[in-house]
Amino acid sequence: MASEIAGEGIGARVRRKEDARHLLGRGRFVGDIQMPGLLEVAFLRSPVAHGRIRSLGKPQGQEDAVFFWSDMAGIEPIVTRSSLPGYKLSAYYPLSHEKVRYVGEGIAMCVAASRAEAEDLAEAVSLDIEELPAVTDSEAGKAADSALVHEEWGDNLCLVTDFDSGIEAVAKTAPVKVVREYKTARQCMHPMEGKGLVAYWDFQADQLVVITSTQVPHLIRTGLSECLGLDQSRVRVSPPDVGGGFGYKCLLQPEEVAVAWLAMTRKGAYRWVEDRREHLVAGANARQHHYKVTAYADERGRLLGLDAEINVDIGAYSVWPFSACLEAAQAGGNLPGPYDFRAYRARTYSVATNKPPFAPYRGVARPGVCFAIELTIDAIARAVGREPADVRAENLVQAAQMPYTNVTNKHYDSGDYPGSLAKAREMIGLAAIRERQKGREADGRRIGVGFATYTEQSAHGTKVFAAWGLPLVPGFEQATVKLLADGTLEVRAGIHTIGQGLETTLAQVANQVLGIPLKDIQVKLGDTASTPYSTGAYASRGIVMAGGAVSKSATELAGRVKRLAAHLLQCKPEDVDFRDGRIHAGEASLSFGDIGKAWYLRPETLPDDIDTNGLEVTQGYKPKVDSGVFSYATHAALVAVDPETGMVEILDYVIVEDCGQMVNPMIVEGQAYGGAAQGVGTALFEESPYDAAGQPLASTLIDYLLPGPTELPGFRIGHMETLSPYSAHGIKGVGEGGAIAPAGAIVNAINDALRELGAEIGEIPATPERILNAIFAAQPAQAAE
Amino acid sequence: MKPAAFDYSKPADLAAALHALSDDAKPIAGGQSLTPMLNLRLARPSALVDIRRQAELLRIAESSDAIRYGAALPHAAFEDGAVPDGSKGMMRHVAGGIAYRAVRNRGTIGGSLAHADPAADWISSLLALDARVIVRGVKGETAYPIDSFMLGGFTTVLGPGELVVGVSVPRLSPSARWAYYKICRKTGEFAKAISAVVSDPDRGVFRLVCGAIEAVPFLLQARDAEAAAAEIDARLGDHSPAARQLYKTAVRRAMESLA
Ligand SMILES: Cc1cc2nc3c(=O)[nH]c(=O)nc-3n(C[C@H](O)[C@H](O)[C@H](O)COP(=O)(O)OP(=O)(O)OC[C@H]3O[C@@H](n4cnc5c(N)ncnc54)[C@H](O)[C@@H]3O)c2cc1C
Repeated sequence: MASEIAGEGIGARVRRKEDARHLLGRGRFVGDIQMPGLLEVAFLRSPVAHGRIRSLGKPQGQEDAVFFWSDMAGIEPIVTRSSLPGYKLSAYYPLSHEKVRYVGEGIAMCVAASRAEAEDLAEAVSLDIEELPAVTDSEAGKAADSALVHEEWGDNLCLVTDFDSGIEAVAKTAPVKVVREYKTARQCMHPMEGKGLVAYWDFQADQLVVITSTQVPHLIRTGLSECLGLDQSRVRVSPPDVGGGFGYKCLLQPEEVAVAWLAMTRKGAYRWVEDRREHLVAGANARQHHYKVTAYADERGRLLGLDAEINVDIGAYSVWPFSACLEAAQAGGNLPGPYDFRAYRARTYSVATNKPPFAPYRGVARPGVCFAIELTIDAIARAVGREPADVRAENLVQAAQMPYTNVTNKHYDSGDYPGSLAKAREMIGLAAIRERQKGREADGRRIGVGFATYTEQSAHGTKVFAAWGLPLVPGFEQATVKLLADGTLEVRAGIHTIGQGLETTLAQVANQVLGIPLKDIQVKLGDTASTPYSTGAYASRGIVMAGGAVSKSATELAGRVKRLAAHLLQCKPEDVDFRDGRIHAGEASLSFGDIGKAWYLRPETLPDDIDTNGLEVTQGYKPKVDSGVFSYATHAALVAVDPETGMVEILDYVIVEDCGQMVNPMIVEGQAYGGAAQGVGTALFEESPYDAAGQPLASTLIDYLLPGPTELPGFRIGHMETLSPYSAHGIKGVGEGGAIAPAGAIVNAINDALRELGAEIGEIPATPERILNAIFAAQPAQAAE
Repeated sequence: MKPAAFDYSKPADLAAALHALSDDAKPIAGGQSLTPMLNLRLARPSALVDIRRQAELLRIAESSDAIRYGAALPHAAFEDGAVPDGSKGMMRHVAGGIAYRAVRNRGTIGGSLAHADPAADWISSLLALDARVIVRGVKGETAYPIDSFMLGGFTTVLGPGELVVGVSVPRLSPSARWAYYKICRKTGEFAKAISAVVSDPDRGVFRLVCGAIEAVPFLLQARDAEAAAAEIDARLGDHSPAARQLYKTAVRRAMESLA
């Protein structure tokens, strides 16, 4: 199918329906909500990384405005179970109980008329904590003499996993062996809007209503019900506009439990909004991996085997429902990447530390593994003295091998991985860059080019999540479509929109089936009171799963409309078709309003044997396989490195992606650019360092650098479109991919630029200091001692 | 991240403003450094005295050898060339590189000096220009060279009840040259290293500054990059080799662009 079509259906580059309200500042976010008697909440958070609470005291006269865990009788902590053998449980209390395990952990909840006054109260709480030694590094945390985050565990290992397809033979015989260590920094996800919620008691519905900034409203209902001990029928989660999620909001938050508890017990209305400092301190929960990799190859650089040890610094607790161990499972399972080899051994350690609990951030583990494998491919190419792009191309799974099941049993459904690399190579102009590198740059900088190719498993389903041992597994996705009496259409799905454009793309899917113009389609998402169950927006599953469900429901509705139309037009249903927003049969035609009117308002015009199911359809959908449909892409970066300052400038950046059938190319591009911008942050800027006592050293945006417009390249994008054989319309997910490759591509480019200096880096972000230190290490005589 | 409660006043004139200041009552100018400190509750004055619109602090006085700028003039006024210039464009260049435009619209030259962030732009550039910070208190006015006004990172000679009222910048001769080089990783970020240099042989002036060193920026004795590098190694021995390399590079590049 052509990627750009006219009209408004699948493939059309239409403007987003949701943009007008956001551009005009008329969105409705948690912070915009007004309600009589709404009180504001502030949390007193732990000032120490690890400690035992000796005593807590409420400010005199304000006892009824300050709450500790001891006040929350009958409430359960957040406990994430797992069926994986050896996994250790942690109890994550909404307000800390006996111990604190990271700086920023909530201790007291304070309520006042304004946030400032609530913060005054938080300051007035007296707090006596006996400080304990902190675990701040995953490698040190594995040592036998390490301090323990959870004494009852006996060590800091939440889970250790082993995978071995047999590496010994290759290890003995391979002519080329490359050994590397890689580190990725701890990051914050930084959605524009942080976490936040309003909770109140609705007396009419006799329900707790939670308006929370979440990706997973139906899951939050389940989670809240379990923690609060309140029937699910008495919990309504009604998400407002959400200002970005990235995985930060796909979890049950301790603050959600605490504030919902207030509303449930006090029967009032309460709001908490995370501020940027809380985000930087209590939300530094992503990306931190440590790899030790040994790769085996032949003399041409053909990868024969990979042996890896991976630590994930999981922080203090296991989050619900994705657990602290999803990251390591994804890291171990995805390190082989898009490459064709059969000998693989990986041991993963999920190491508890005194840091905020790990959460799955856009790309989940894959930015780390892509960084590790892509740097390794380039290191192999350098070891055998060949062009990295050639070595990469030869190692990729070839198009003729599709579908291809890799060494970790990932089933790559379709695509041409070397094709994306070849196109990226062409677009970035590799040959010309290699020529240019033979000369000197006028400004003394050194240029380098780097590539990274990855796969993005999307909409992986039931069996995959069940194999990860998670307490909550996605199944079928459902959607409702309803034709109204005037011929307009309502689409409802339980997934939520967090900025990714689902209000538009789901309408495009409905339009594709029914031909009803987008302006006549209303998409309503997420509210547990009005939408069918969905596990929500994560794992690049939205358009595949909810899109498939809308397609299926709309197809059923189309059949019903055709039968009604056939009656009204006195023809056979097979003779009815939809064109130009109307219903045609031969010369005659009807509007959708005619059908709606006949069904709702003038049923006397319908025959007695009419299908009584009406014009509202809810159907469930799941792709043909549970293993997911795999998008992929190659990113190519051209950088200039200043060897005197370690400063890096991205001169050019190319993305060649294939997400199957594009529903809206403009949205695909937006996802790719936005993800890549975050990836540039991962590669060059973002880092939450900790000192030895576990104090976060980047607690404002002065110290935590986010890339801004002047730091980002003008991304150039090329599309490929290989339809998935397994999903409705051949669609694959694309929400995460952009964030996966930049660190691999950019650092490969930096190392290419540093090659003549004999320097190489393997730690991100690639700060000037790290680059300079690598240069010093390569040329000890020149170190400025 | 909301400030603790404080009182706010906007006195009618400078005398009233000075009178309103105390140990506990702080001036607020552009608020671009103070407001974050208030929100983080790192600064908790009981009262703020708003001086941003004080006419006297917006005044400019020109003499044959110097220009005196009111302390409340925003960076943007310098960037836009809305004030007279005796620095052959150096102040305009420096102002345009501070933070982002939104910050430059509100942030003031006096506020920046009083805040005394070692990585800030005015501190280093005005040291190279040999400017004088004019401080007024109950005892009257005193003019300080930058490196005696600033005592250390975020500390100055200012006592309670004192204000920076202006800064007096010598006029450069027609033959003078200047250069300013700063190293930072992103637009609007505070610098990792700064070098400012003013060469004005007709007035017998050569001032080469090494700045953004987490302390008061200093004047290098060196007259060439190599000697400057040795001086930096000697003075900043407690900094990492990578950090020193940045200072040396900034100094050398400033010298090169002067040549
Ligand atoms: C995002 C961001 C980026 C920035 N980047 C840079 C940068 O790259 N380079 C740079 O140089 N600066 C930077 N700044 C700081 C900016 O230049 C501020 O304007 C400046 O530091 C303070 O000036 P102000 O007028 O806002 O002072 P305020 O914030 O109002 O006050 C700062 C301090 O000085 C005191 N004070 C203010 N005026 C006087 C006075 N006349 N006499 C005595 N005390 C006074 C106040 O009491 C307070 O203690 C940045 C600021 C922000 C928010």
